[in-house]
Amino acid sequence: MKLLSLLFATSLLATPVLANKVFVSNEKSNTITVIESDSWEVIDEFHGGNRPRGITMSPDGKLLYVCASDDDLVRVFDAETYKEVYTLPSGPDPELAVLHPSGNPLFLSNEDDNLVTVVDTETRTVLAEIPVGVEPEGMAISPDTKWVINTSETTNMAHFIDTEDLAIKHNILVDQRPRYAIFTQDGSKLFVSSEIGGTISVIDPNAEGGPVLTTKIGFEVPNVQPEWLQPVGLRVTSDNKWLFVALGPANRIAVIDVETNEVVKYILVGQRVWQLDFTPDEKYLLTTNGNSNDITVIDVDAQKALKSIQVGQQPWGVVVSPN
Amino acid sequence: MKAAFAALCGMLLLVLTAGSALALEVRTAILRIDYPELLPISRFDLKPDDLGFAGAVLANEDNQTTGSFLGMEFAVTERATTPEDADAALDAILAEGFDLLVVMARDGDVLRLADRAGDGVLVLNATARGSALRNDACRANLLHIAPSNAMVADAAVQFAMWKKWSRMALIHGSNPEDRALGESYKRAVAKFGGRLSETLEFEDTGGSRRTDTGHVLVQRQIPLFTQKMGRHDVVLAADASNVFGLYLPFHMSDPRPVMGSAGLRPVTFHPAHEAWGATQYQRRFERLSGRYVQEADYEVWLAIRVIGEAVIRTNAADAATLRDYILSDKFELAAFKGQKVNFRDWNGQLRQPLILYDSKITVSVSPQEGYLHQTSTLDTLGYDRPESTCTAFKENG
Repeated sequence: MKLLSLLFATSLLATPVLANKVFVSNEKSNTITVIESDSWEVIDEFHGGNRPRGITMSPDGKLLYVCASDDDLVRVFDAETYKEVYTLPSGPDPELAVLHPSGNPLFLSNEDDNLVTVVDTETRTVLAEIPVGVEPEGMAISPDTKWVINTSETTNMAHFIDTEDLAIKHNILVDQRPRYAIFTQDGSKLFVSSEIGGTISVIDPNAEGGPVLTTKIGFEVPNVQPEWLQPVGLRVTSDNKWLFVALGPANRIAVIDVETNEVVKYILVGQRVWQLDFTPDEKYLLTTNGNSNDITVIDVDAQKALKSIQVGQQPWGVVVSPN
Repeated sequence: MKAAFAALCGMLLLVLTAGSALALEVRTAILRIDYPELLPISRFDLKPDDLGFAGAVLANEDNQTTGSFLGMEFAVTERATTPEDADAALDAILAEGFDLLVVMARDGDVLRLADRAGDGVLVLNATARGSALRNDACRANLLHIAPSNAMVADAAVQFAMWKKWSRMALIHGSNPEDRALGESYKRAVAKFGGRLSETLEFEDTGGSRRTDTGHVLVQRQIPLFTQKMGRHDVVLAADASNVFGLYLPFHMSDPRPVMGSAGLRPVTFHPAHEAWGATQYQRRFERLSGRYVQEADYEVWLAIRVIGEAVIRTNAADAATLRDYILSDKFELAAFKGQKVNFRDWNGQLRQPLILYDSKITVSVSPQEGYLHQTSTLDTLGYDRPESTCTAFKENG
């Protein structure tokens, strides 16, 4: 055992791993927990505004964007000092946001007003408000940045917003309460999770004549009531091979083969697993477990849970710094 | 199978992009019977003029937002009537060509109106809770959004059993609907293995519900009424007529929790419910109506959303197509209850979780953990398929 840890230590020395910071928004304790990705130790916790949920970072890793839902704004923090540098207007009750890969603008869903708000992150002004379906939630941007996707929870649609003129060009009906959307890196597939419908809709965004729903992926876990299989957060590996799905109160991550759309594995994690993020090298996947107040570290290649780390109360979102 | 599915998706896309040239019109009528009633014990329970109708307007907006992306036009028409004029009001609605109808009325009137409307009309019972409507008296053209008394009683008693308050005393009112609700509680106690320690009847002697400083009398009356009760863990109050239930908490001789018509109440919805995205529902409702939501508003909202969802998925607006789809296993709807709601194909009852509400917050949601079922845990509430005496839905069986 000692030998093993010695070996492990030397192998660590041989290939120095750069630590990344993991930021977790804690919806109930109103804090952001900071974890270092080599030691997996909590190194700090700071106030994140009231009811922090959606969390993302600027491409250069310098700024942290937090949707402070009960403050009706986005709080922007310095990722080094954890000091709030400014706030962005968001409209009421911001929940999820997606940042343009260039770092500007920020696309936000406002559940209360049935709007997607486009915010200029430099001038800190609202550029546009786009009327969408009832209770907009999930936000995604296509790798070629041509489309922003918004999912509306009561309308049950994925809206395709053209980033050129900010007009909705296509709508795809999906199952009940779509929560999250994500593209594969090659832009060939769009996945939308339907929490209450219990499915992932697979959409071909590039089909002739416009985007088309190609299939739906369902879930089945022995001894888990089907109504608790509620897909929410999504992440797909950059080699376009594996889709990871957080299954909410089923306390599991489903691993889906992107090629065949088949579920190949269920990984047991903490309670009410909600959102996900990879470390930049995609060796690890982190899951927020809202009802067990921890995050789970998953080995992506082995598709295994490695450990869990206690964070604040009701962790909701997670983002890993790119550097 | 995959090819067929892809073709279907293709068709759907065609529909999505076809635009308003083929606008599908969907018109639903809401008929509410206003009964002569005494004022409620609490002014929190006063019935606003737009009770139910506000839910219909909100649901129509929700439907129309989706409809505007699909080239569909949704509309609702609200009518309030008296018990005497109800038949004529229905006839007028039918003469205007409506075949989708939501009814807010008592059990007997719901049944009569459904029969009068006939098989070509799909009637959604928004608020009537009698278990008979779902059993012997069920009708093929009548679907039930409101939970039955049996479902409500099961929701409360499951929680009591989860708490290990297994010795339960029942106090029911003296009117027929109170006794019927009381029977549902007796059934629930037996169903979940509790023990009914005793049953008391509180007599409705008529008169006003509220008087100035009436609490002085209540403070003497209720301890007297309950002082001979034997040992019990919890009191189940069955007070459909809203006569005495609210007087029980704190006034009973023994300090015991009350569930049912007072204390911890099983409800379809309440204005403080925030879980599962309900906050947005509350804010939309309040912005629209200028008041807090009541159960009847939510139930009518749900009825109109059921129709909307069926229209959106089938691209049809006729009663027969919608009824088939609503009763099929394809139908599902998110209703701010944490899991999808759908219908029991043996009696047209909407399956739904029920919220246990203490008048301030959501205390719990039934079905409770551990009450399992081979089909849906929601079928642990109310009459399950093998117990049902409804035969009008046999073709779906």
